[in-house]
Amino acid sequence: MDKLVEMKNIYKSYDGVAALKGIDFEVGFNEVVGILGDNGAGKSTLIKIISGVHSFDDGEMYIRGVKIDPKKYSVKMAHNLGVETVYQEKALADKQTLWRNVFVGRQITNKLGFLNIKKEKEETNKIMHDLMGFRGVGVSADSVIKTLSGGERQGVAISRAMYFEAELVILDEPTMALSLQEVKKVLKFIQAVKDRGKSCIYISHNIANVYPVSDRFVAIDRGKVVGAYNRKDLSLEELSEELIRYTKSSTQINQGERIS
Amino acid sequence: MKMNNLETHSKVKKSTKYKSQIALLMMAVSIFGLFMITSPEVFLKGRIYQSFLSTVPIMGLMALGLTFVLAMGEIDLSFPSVMALSGFIFAITFKATNSVILAIICSLLSGAIVGFINGTLVTSIGIPSIVATLGMQFLIRGFSNIISNGLAKTIAVDKTISYKIFAEKLGAIPVQSIWFIGITIFLYFLLFRHRFGEHVLFIGDNQETARMMGVNVNGTKIMVFILMGVIASFAGILSCYRMRIWWPTMGEGYIMMVMAATFVGGTSMFGGEASIEGTFIGSFIIGSLEAGIVASGLSGFWTQFICGVLIIVSVIINTLAKRKK
Repeated sequence: MDKLVEMKNIYKSYDGVAALKGIDFEVGFNEVVGILGDNGAGKSTLIKIISGVHSFDDGEMYIRGVKIDPKKYSVKMAHNLGVETVYQEKALADKQTLWRNVFVGRQITNKLGFLNIKKEKEETNKIMHDLMGFRGVGVSADSVIKTLSGGERQGVAISRAMYFEAELVILDEPTMALSLQEVKKVLKFIQAVKDRGKSCIYISHNIANVYPVSDRFVAIDRGKVVGAYNRKDLSLEELSEELIRYTKSSTQINQGERIS
Repeated sequence: MKMNNLETHSKVKKSTKYKSQIALLMMAVSIFGLFMITSPEVFLKGRIYQSFLSTVPIMGLMALGLTFVLAMGEIDLSFPSVMALSGFIFAITFKATNSVILAIICSLLSGAIVGFINGTLVTSIGIPSIVATLGMQFLIRGFSNIISNGLAKTIAVDKTISYKIFAEKLGAIPVQSIWFIGITIFLYFLLFRHRFGEHVLFIGDNQETARMMGVNVNGTKIMVFILMGVIASFAGILSCYRMRIWWPTMGEGYIMMVMAATFVGGTSMFGGEASIEGTFIGSFIIGSLEAGIVASGLSGFWTQFICGVLIIVSVIINTLAKRKK
């Protein structure tokens, strides 16, 4: 087992529309990988398969060396394997309190399923102090999520993933719709994941934002991997040019398809 | 300094949290106060309250069930018919077997089955709950009319010991209200202090988030519809005990009152938020309105008018209270 995630020749289609057409993808231990690509390229589908939200139709997937049966794989199983996903807008429930959001799905309960609210709040305060770095900003375990800023929300979601000992944190557009100041906070969270020896996959439109914290980039277009780069091998400018080149060729092919 | 900040923050939150409950209690007190002034001969005596304590729970129980459904962001319109169907099953099972326990089990089971069908239509097939349960409402009413041939049935439960548990008084207090209070407390803890309730609130808040966090969305939804069905059945059983008769239009007229009670109580249709205690108080407000208005010498037509005013006013109060936060 030398890879955290290994996907071989993965196929997935929704109602007959192919989203992934034979994807090979891997994530090593203690590695930050960025998935780049246009809307509809299949990025979201890819991470939803890893996180257990969607199953795949064909191919093989291994997580921490465990062969995944697509029929049985679920979010719960992904959690048990240490895969935690933070979805941009959907990571937290707006009208609920912070402590409920941290523990939903994995509540601390007694045998009858009643919540140990005191314990959950204590743990939430600990997480806020140790992982989120929320101090004196008027955010408490009882705060309702809709009163938090975008960066604070991402912080809660990523810290939650770290608290549950995630081996792999998957981030869906972690910096979208955030101010520069808030983007910095999120990058700090990603760096913290890496510093703890864990891995991270993120999807992003804005490579400039996430370039500094990444190890590797994988470009996806129309359900296929079209490029893989190490950060060491190319500068941000070179990477941008590379991406523009392949998106250009893909639009040309698109036009070609339309004409024929 | 930091601590101070945090403390004032949470204090402010607490006062707004209970603001709507206090407003609701004040509303209830002022309505009963008004009735005491307009018809002291009725509202200063205990009998009317005893009567409320035996009638309001039947409607209030269903309002509690509906509060769960609304908290989940769904709606159930089938419960008045479930009440009738379950009452009918209670009546015929009791007549056939003379066993109260068997009759109650069969009756509750019928409610659970309807709830399961509702939940399955909503989750597996993906029909909006308002459509699915509207269809079920007609279907079940029709079904119980067909098998009963539209005829009422007397139920001689007053000779059994269970009559004491479901229809008589404990001292001066009608047992229905004890059931109501007990079930209210149970459902309060189920919604706000239990894993299941937390899942219900998250589904109502954001179904996708709930799913991503590993909540079994479809399973939880089906369970809530089953809960609603079982509660409606229990209301039907209590009604059968109270009247010692089953009639085919049982439950008709409850739908608007039950919804009114939950809305007055502060539960919104948007899901993710609910107030069990609000529904409890709201049930007594809505459930006592008609008697109070008639006793005050106004015609019964005023009931609907005033009920409408109460719903609009309380929803405005709740919406504004939330916006301020």
